[in-house]
Amino acid sequence: MSTILTIARLTFQEAWRRWMVVIAVLLGIVFLAFYAFGFSLINSDMGGSRLSPFLLLAAYNFFLLAGLYVVHFLTIMLSIFASIDAISGEIGSFTIQALVTKPVRRWEVLMGKWAGYAAMLILYLGALGAGVILITNALAHYMPPNPVESLALILLEALVLLSLSLLAGTRFSTLTNGVALLMFYGLTFVGTWVEQIGAVLQNAGGVPGAATMVRLGSVTSFLLPVEVLWRRAAFLLQPPLASRTNFVSPFAAFSVPDPAMVVYAVVYAAVALGLAIWSFSRRDL
Amino acid sequence: MERGGSSKVKQVAFTGPGARPATDGAMEVLHLTTQAEAGLRDPVIDTAGLRKVYRRKIAVADLTLQVPRGEVFGFLGPNGAGKSTAVKMLLGLVRPTGGRARVLGQPPGHIATLARIGFLPEHFRFHTWMRATELLDLHGRLYGMDPAARRRRIPELLALVGLTEAAQRPISAFSKGMIQRIGLAQALLNHPALVFLDEPTSALDPFGRMLVRTIIHELKAQGTTIFLNSHLLGEVEATCDRVAFIKEGRVLQTLPLHELESGQLQVELRVDAVTPALLAGLADLPIEQRVVDGAAPGPDGGALIPATTLQLRMAGEDLLPVIAERTLASGARLYALTPRRPSLEEIFLEIVGTEDSGQ
Repeated sequence: MSTILTIARLTFQEAWRRWMVVIAVLLGIVFLAFYAFGFSLINSDMGGSRLSPFLLLAAYNFFLLAGLYVVHFLTIMLSIFASIDAISGEIGSFTIQALVTKPVRRWEVLMGKWAGYAAMLILYLGALGAGVILITNALAHYMPPNPVESLALILLEALVLLSLSLLAGTRFSTLTNGVALLMFYGLTFVGTWVEQIGAVLQNAGGVPGAATMVRLGSVTSFLLPVEVLWRRAAFLLQPPLASRTNFVSPFAAFSVPDPAMVVYAVVYAAVALGLAIWSFSRRDL
Repeated sequence: MERGGSSKVKQVAFTGPGARPATDGAMEVLHLTTQAEAGLRDPVIDTAGLRKVYRRKIAVADLTLQVPRGEVFGFLGPNGAGKSTAVKMLLGLVRPTGGRARVLGQPPGHIATLARIGFLPEHFRFHTWMRATELLDLHGRLYGMDPAARRRRIPELLALVGLTEAAQRPISAFSKGMIQRIGLAQALLNHPALVFLDEPTSALDPFGRMLVRTIIHELKAQGTTIFLNSHLLGEVEATCDRVAFIKEGRVLQTLPLHELESGQLQVELRVDAVTPALLAGLADLPIEQRVVDGAAPGPDGGALIPATTLQLRMAGEDLLPVIAERTLASGARLYALTPRRPSLEEIFLEIVGTEDSGQ
């Protein structure tokens, strides 16, 4: 246990001292300032108009979802870029040789790295997510439903990618790992949009092919359950009334992912992490 | 003066490429005695037929060796001979394809055993954002040392490797030599019973090399077993008790260095001219002789410049006065009779280079 903690601490320190987290935090602050400024401008504009309270609520929810979508995006990018070099980089620089010839088990080293990055992601996501929600609340006295559950789902997205990235890092070079992960994520990103558009068309009254689009999109969610978790989070963040309106938002969820997808994502991350440990324990260093 | 005297000298080529191992009986006998002797003691490293094959490339073909407790063992070979792979197998970094290995009585990579081992990797590099003390603190934690032990040991080691001044500097500001020094320090944190040093002096200046030598001598005095991987023969010669010569993943020969010193004496005899009378005078002594400079065509193209130097090899220095007497009795004028040991480099070339000519 102490080895895992030592490596987790090392990983966290490294992310901080190599300016990676600092830069990510600075960008996050810039984003929060931008969000607060934009939201207050739009809010004062809307205050002048005669929107019904119902539409006003839907508008607040739209901006909140847009803000959290950015947070979701920044978090998963941090998750990928922080960890793609974690294993392959240390193998390439031979740093790993001095680490694993200490009285430590290789799985402890890998779990320590995972835990270090997970801690970093929790803090980052927590700060940015809470920032968006609190800014919205302070400016418009609006609080979305299920904020904690939704942020937990975004965290799960990041952990799925983190586990996959560590797995790929045990066998591929940093560059290969990065390219593969981003392309893989890009595929499911587009797949999710296909599914979303298909769902909108279906709701609009059964356009031919819409059902196929939904099915195709959901296949990509099985390949990499990341974007699908965002849509589950977005669904949880929408007030029950908003989903009954025709207020179309690109950030909202039209085809609502089944809660079973959350279980699937947890299993997916656990299997990826298990394979990463197995692969790392067996390879020559 | 004898012209073309070299043709009558009993030619024994014992150094340089082209030499045949068959002429080197004395060395093989030595090899056998120490192997037997080493086997009797308690081996810290014990391998038999250890082998590593990567897809099509054989990195280590057959590693069979025993290293007794407290020995400074040199592992010599040309680049790409499989030295590093062998060390990595002994540390559990690389899985052997075949064979058997025991390190401190346990299979390689055994967790509790790793706590008693120190390792300086060939390309020691570490997180450059760390300070020297932080790096040692991390490795101390990984060795399971408690905070008090780390606080005591870290300044000690920084002083030992001469980095006290640089204790708070980040590794990114370190020279290659300093990185190798801090790497050596991390390998000694746990007072190891066995230390693997893979090319420990490759990046060091003469001061650094001297330091490593001193540290090796100190460790040896404390009873530490040291496995020194190197192609710097001078380092090995200055520090090791025994050396193994490895080539193409095979141990070609294992030699004790201290017995080389007492058992093999090479002497250079320089006279005004090597005459048949001199050669006849030395013929019945138990020595091997070889004309070094030989008889060469003179500057005018015709006349020969007579040989003046003989290289002799014998068991000990008892024969030296006899050689001097016989030389003078033959009528030659004696300029020098200089004993010298064959250098490790000569032995290396003989053992490793011989194989080369056979390929």
